[in-house]
Amino acid sequence: MTRLTVNGTLVESTSDPATPLLDVLRGELNLVGTRFGCGTGMCGACFVLLDGRVTPACDTPLSAAADRSVVTVEGLAPGDDLHPIQRAILEEQAGQCGYCLSGMMISAVALLAADPHPSEQAVAEALDGNLCRCGVHRRIVRAVLKAAE
Amino acid sequence: MSVSVGADGIISVRVGKVELGQGVLTALAQIAADALGADLAQVRMLPARTGAGPDEGFTAGSMSIARSGPPLRESCARVRAACTAEAARRWDVSPDQVTVRRGEFRHGTRTATYADLAPSPAPGPAPGPAPGPASGPASGLASGLASDVAPGLATETPPPGATTSDPGPPVFVGTSVPRLDLPDKVAGRPRFIHDLRLPDLLHGRVLRPPSPAARLTDLPPDPHVVRDGSFLGVLAESEPEADRALTHLRKSARWAESDTLPDEHDLHTYLRTSPHETLHVHTPATPSPQGDLHTATYSRPFVAHASIAPSAAAARWNPDGTLEVWSHTQGVHPLRTALSQILGHDRIEVRHVEGAGCYGHNAADDVALDAALLAREAHGRPVLVRWSRQDELTWAPFGSAMSADVAAVVDEAGMIRSWRYDVWSQGHTSRPGYAGAPGLLAGAHLERPWTYPPAADPPPQAGSGMARNAIPIYDFPHLQVTGHRLLNTPIRSSALRSLGAFMNVFAIESFMDELAEKAGTDPLTYRLAHLSDPRGQEVLRRATTAAGWGRPGLGLGFARYKGTGAYCAAVAEVEAEHDVRVRRLTIAVDVGQVVNPDGVRNQIEGGATQATSWTLKERVRFDRRRITSGDWETYPILRFTETPEITVDLVEHPGTPSVGAGEAAQGPVAAAIANALAATLGARVRDLPLTRDAIIQAIQ
Repeated sequence: MTRLTVNGTLVESTSDPATPLLDVLRGELNLVGTRFGCGTGMCGACFVLLDGRVTPACDTPLSAAADRSVVTVEGLAPGDDLHPIQRAILEEQAGQCGYCLSGMMISAVALLAADPHPSEQAVAEALDGNLCRCGVHRRIVRAVLKAAE
Repeated sequence: MSVSVGADGIISVRVGKVELGQGVLTALAQIAADALGADLAQVRMLPARTGAGPDEGFTAGSMSIARSGPPLRESCARVRAACTAEAARRWDVSPDQVTVRRGEFRHGTRTATYADLAPSPAPGPAPGPAPGPASGPASGLASGLASDVAPGLATETPPPGATTSDPGPPVFVGTSVPRLDLPDKVAGRPRFIHDLRLPDLLHGRVLRPPSPAARLTDLPPDPHVVRDGSFLGVLAESEPEADRALTHLRKSARWAESDTLPDEHDLHTYLRTSPHETLHVHTPATPSPQGDLHTATYSRPFVAHASIAPSAAAARWNPDGTLEVWSHTQGVHPLRTALSQILGHDRIEVRHVEGAGCYGHNAADDVALDAALLAREAHGRPVLVRWSRQDELTWAPFGSAMSADVAAVVDEAGMIRSWRYDVWSQGHTSRPGYAGAPGLLAGAHLERPWTYPPAADPPPQAGSGMARNAIPIYDFPHLQVTGHRLLNTPIRSSALRSLGAFMNVFAIESFMDELAEKAGTDPLTYRLAHLSDPRGQEVLRRATTAAGWGRPGLGLGFARYKGTGAYCAAVAEVEAEHDVRVRRLTIAVDVGQVVNPDGVRNQIEGGATQATSWTLKERVRFDRRRITSGDWETYPILRFTETPEITVDLVEHPGTPSVGAGEAAQGPVAAAIANALAATLGARVRDLPLTRDAIIQAIQ
């Protein structure tokens, strides 16, 4: 049994402690907003906040999250509310297929927590670990800057 | 097209086209709403499936708006006419006295809605070819995923006394309606096929051979392994268990491998080694004129789709003998036929569920067969199969490598009198059904394996393959264009965004700059001097004006996609201090009548960004045995800090037919970058990608 806090709620996972955190979130907890992309932490699709730090859930074992706090895309805002970054992405229509968005929003939220008014370059650097194939990068940067306003 | 009105007034539309991340269902919903005179909020786009709705082949080639828009308009207009006629009957007026705006039919003070006027839905299942798989709640998707609704008025019903009522001026077409699918994706709600949670779901993994020619030689007996020839897979109750079982299987399988791959450093030679099929794309009627001859040779490597999500599919064999398949395929009907060929089974329904971005024929269809093969051993339980990142980057079809020779004869003023172009390439389609073959990957690994023909090319009326955009848009008095399709290759190739156009436009537009330089003429002036097409001229002027043409270091690229589609001109500004970086792209595009301006901009921006990535970074790597670029380190794509600023200028032509925007920017952007690099560094690189090493070599 592993105890951890997910989106503000204490949960007890029965998964093997070596199970990737991503599988616990998607499989056991049915929080599918965090995506599988590569399995090696190289694309950012599975980023979550672990005690506030951007962390790839795909190659982080459940045991590493024990007694810690995990925030996923579903926990960025309470209930059906949207976080400012989510609203800004909709306003900028900063998406095509949308598969990479969850991880990008996690990176953006961590950036804005540390630097509420980042420069454009700082936004690009903060998102450099997130890959996007559809090519919405500049829209995402605009959305993050908008969310910071 | 299937258009039906529910009792709640929701109008459900099912087209054969599928959402690939490009926003096409949003654009088609706009067209439908306007043709119905309905509100956009009451139009619901249903996902394509084989058991209902039209067979529109593949969603590909930037053809969806051009091909599906008119029949969708027609179907919606028929439903509108039927409801108008019903309103007229009830109010005892003539149909042309009834107006409809935002879903409200009106005559004087009397009003009615679609829900009031449409016949009550007949009880029972949705109409469609029988026998189909059960379509009860069990086959629906998890909450949040789109599901089917009860049918009401079907468009097949001819409207009584069909008078076409006036739907009014367009309300939604021509406006930047927000994407319908984005709110779910931004909120992280289940939307993708990977999120499908069918009751009693099993998870499957496939162990692909380690190299294209590998064959299984030894595998210890294991009741948990599904095997058919060299096709191997595992089933498990959860994803981590499936991954562990796959790791175990990988350790125990023994393969015989052989060296069958070409030299990745000499693709020119490889592509030009026979046998080929020769394709006479354009043959001149007269002998070539005399004059100064200039020649150059260009190439591009194999390029991967590299979508951020690995392909996935689900399948279930039902007790009644039907097979259900959920897939992010580009064509539910062709996939159904291909599955039927391989499985020897006809009672299949394929339903579309969104995957991650699709840029051509990726592994979506392949993994559907994998799921069907694994589900066959699952005793009626559904199976969700997801590929690994490595399989996605090494086993999905690639965009073919290409090599081209161009030779031009110029007069004393440097004007082109004659143009000869020869291009060597593998075929650009091995989609399900190409050359009559199913083409699905696992079919070649079965105990009784399928032998597939080499990749083919779409015919000219479908836009060609390696010859796409091989005919320049310019007015050359003498033109010879020949394609040479490689017939023998161990590397799997198929359609990747713009097919041969990316390379052909890169070569043509690079060479135009080289000839302009030899003529001592500005590249824009030189192009305009060879171009009589007014829409082309306008796009060139708009892009160059917006970019401040005349400053040093800019590069230009231009084409009309497929010769019949969107006009696109791109101006690039690069910096090349440590690595090459594209700072800015200024693009003008003419897609005829624009359905959704922001949607077009998004497609052009995305296409331009992806083309920048292909141009600067991308190349499938291999040794003589294995594809070696199996992760994001060995197959890098453009990152945030490397993406250019992009400005898109839409050249509007209301009233002209709409053409697709998805692929128009690929070739022009590549050429613009290469030309900007030549203008900035004085170095001409003719072999993609334009890496630091390639540039240093070109300078030396």
